[in-house]
Amino acid sequence: MIEIKNLTKRYGSKTAVSDVSFCARENEILGFLGPNGAGKSTTMNILTGYLSSTEGSAIINGIDILEDPVRAKKLIGYLPEQPPLYLDMTVTEYLKFVYNLKKCKLPQRSHLNEICELVKITEVKNRVIKNLSKGYRQRVGLAQALVGNPPVLILDEPTVGLDPKQIIEIRSLIKKLGKNHTVILSSHILPEVQAVCDKIVIINRGRVVANDTAEKLVHNLSGDHKLVVRAEGNPAEIKKLLSSIPNMDEVRINKENVEPGVSEFFLNAKPGADIRREVSKRLASRSYPLLMMKSSELTLEEIFLKITTGDIHGNIKDDLGGEIMPERSERRKK
Amino acid sequence: MLAIFKREFKAYFTSPLGYVFLAIFYAFSGLLFWIFALDIGSTDISSVFLMMFLVLMIFVPLLTMRLLAEDKKQKTDQLVLTAPVSLLSVVMGKFLAAYLIFAMGVAVMPVYGFVMSSFAEVSWLPILGNTVGMLLLGGIFVSSGLFVSSLTENQMIAAIGSFFINLLIMLIDTLVGAVPSGIIKDILASISVYSRYSEITNGIFSLSSLIFFLSVIFIFLFVTVRVLEKRRWA
Repeated sequence: MIEIKNLTKRYGSKTAVSDVSFCARENEILGFLGPNGAGKSTTMNILTGYLSSTEGSAIINGIDILEDPVRAKKLIGYLPEQPPLYLDMTVTEYLKFVYNLKKCKLPQRSHLNEICELVKITEVKNRVIKNLSKGYRQRVGLAQALVGNPPVLILDEPTVGLDPKQIIEIRSLIKKLGKNHTVILSSHILPEVQAVCDKIVIINRGRVVANDTAEKLVHNLSGDHKLVVRAEGNPAEIKKLLSSIPNMDEVRINKENVEPGVSEFFLNAKPGADIRREVSKRLASRSYPLLMMKSSELTLEEIFLKITTGDIHGNIKDDLGGEIMPERSERRKK
Repeated sequence: MLAIFKREFKAYFTSPLGYVFLAIFYAFSGLLFWIFALDIGSTDISSVFLMMFLVLMIFVPLLTMRLLAEDKKQKTDQLVLTAPVSLLSVVMGKFLAAYLIFAMGVAVMPVYGFVMSSFAEVSWLPILGNTVGMLLLGGIFVSSGLFVSSLTENQMIAAIGSFFINLLIMLIDTLVGAVPSGIIKDILASISVYSRYSEITNGIFSLSSLIFFLSVIFIFLFVTVRVLEKRRWA
C-alpha cells in the first residue's frame, strides 16, 4: 500500500532523512515515532508530495508520488504538523473549499456532515476558524484530511493540543479509521503509538532504528524473562525459597522494607522459562503473602530511550543532574 | 483551479483588502478623470489612462502581496500543494482571482465615457482601446506581484518587492532615453512596457503590443510555477 524505499533528503550539507525504508500494508496503522527533529515531518512531507526526496522513492498504491503526483495525491489525506487552515473562513466554508479542491465526487452535504459528526465539530460548523481553540482547529485539520474519504491517511501528530478526553476520542477514531484505511501516524508520545498502532517505526536522526510490531519490539529488546516480586516475610527465607524454583538463574533482594515487612525481589529466570505460577504457589505454600508480581520487560518508553539514546538502561539525566527513572538506575547500581 | 479561484476571490471581501483596492482605484481614477477631462473640458481621456499607470504600479501590489506569501506563512500551502491539483492550476486560480478584482476596478473606466457623453459627443473607440490596454497592463502587474509573492512569506516584503519590479518596468523606458543608440537601446526600447502602454493610450493598438503584453504575463506566471516547483526541491 505505502512503500518507502531508501528515502534520503538533504538540505544543502544537512541530511534530514537518510536512507529510510519501510512499508505499511493495507488497513494497517503504522506509528512513526521519534524524538523532535528526527525527520518525521520531513518524511511525511515527502510522502505527500509537498517536498521531494533527494534520493529514493515513495510509492502509494503502486503510484510513485514523483512520477504521477496528481493521481497519488488523490489517494492521500494529510494532516500536517500545523493544520493548514484558512483562518478567515468558517468551518463549513473551509471544508467545502477542501471538497472542491480535492475534486471530490461524494455527495457534498451528507459527506461533510458525516465528517463533522465523526470528528465532533458539528457544533462549531458556522464559526470562523480564527476564533476556534487549538483543539478544535486540530480537529478541523483532521476533518480536512478525511474529506474525499482517501484510502491513505497521513497524520502528523494528530493529538497535539487536545485535552485528555479529546485525545482518547481521536485515538479511538483513528483506530476505527484504521479498519478501512491505511494510516501513518507520527508522534513522540509513546503510549499513544502503543495504544493505536499495529506496527511501529522508530526513527532517530533521520535513520530508521527499529521497525516492528509493538509486542515484538518490547519482547526482543528486553531479552530474557525477568520478574519483580513483592512479598511479605523474612527476606532471606523468601530468597532461599524462590531460589529453589527450577530454571531460576538468580534471585536478588532489590529492596527491603518497601512497606513494613515487605521486600522486593528481582528474579531472573532462564530464557523462555515461565516461573510465575511456581513463584505464586511456593509463596502460598509457606503463607508468605504475594503483594505484587510484574514482568520487568522494558516498556516501550524504555525501549525508545534505549534506541534513541543508546543507553541500555534508558536513564536520562535531567537538568538538575537527577535521574528521571530512579528506580531503574538504582537497580543498575546494585 | 476553480476552488482556489473562488476561495481567493471571496477572501478579498472577507478582509478589507478588496474593498480598499477598489476604493483606491475608483477614487484615483475619478480624481484623474476630473482633473484631466472634466475640469479642462476635454473629451480625450487618454491622459487619465496614462496617469493610472503610476497608480496601478503602486497599488496592484496590495492586491497580490497576500496570494502566495500568506499560504506559506500559515502553512496552508501544505494543503494546496498536497491536493490533487497541478501547480499551474494553483497559480492560475490565484492569478485569476486577483485579476478579476483588478478588472472590477477597470470596469469603472467606461463609466467615465458615459459621464462625458452627457456633455459632448464621445468617441468610444479610443476609450475601449484604452480600457483593453489597461486590462493588459494590469495583467502584467498582477502576474509580477504574484511572482514576488511566491518568493517570500512576508506580505510587506512581497508588496514592496513587486512595487520595485513595477518601478523597474517603468524605468526601462527612462533608460532608453539615457542609453546611447545601439543594440542595448534597441533591446530596452523593445521591452519597454511603458512605451507600449502609452502607444495604446495614444490610440495605436497593434497586434505586436497585444502579444508583447500576453508574453510578459505568461513569463511571470511561468516563473511563479517554477518557484513553487523549486521549493519542493529546496
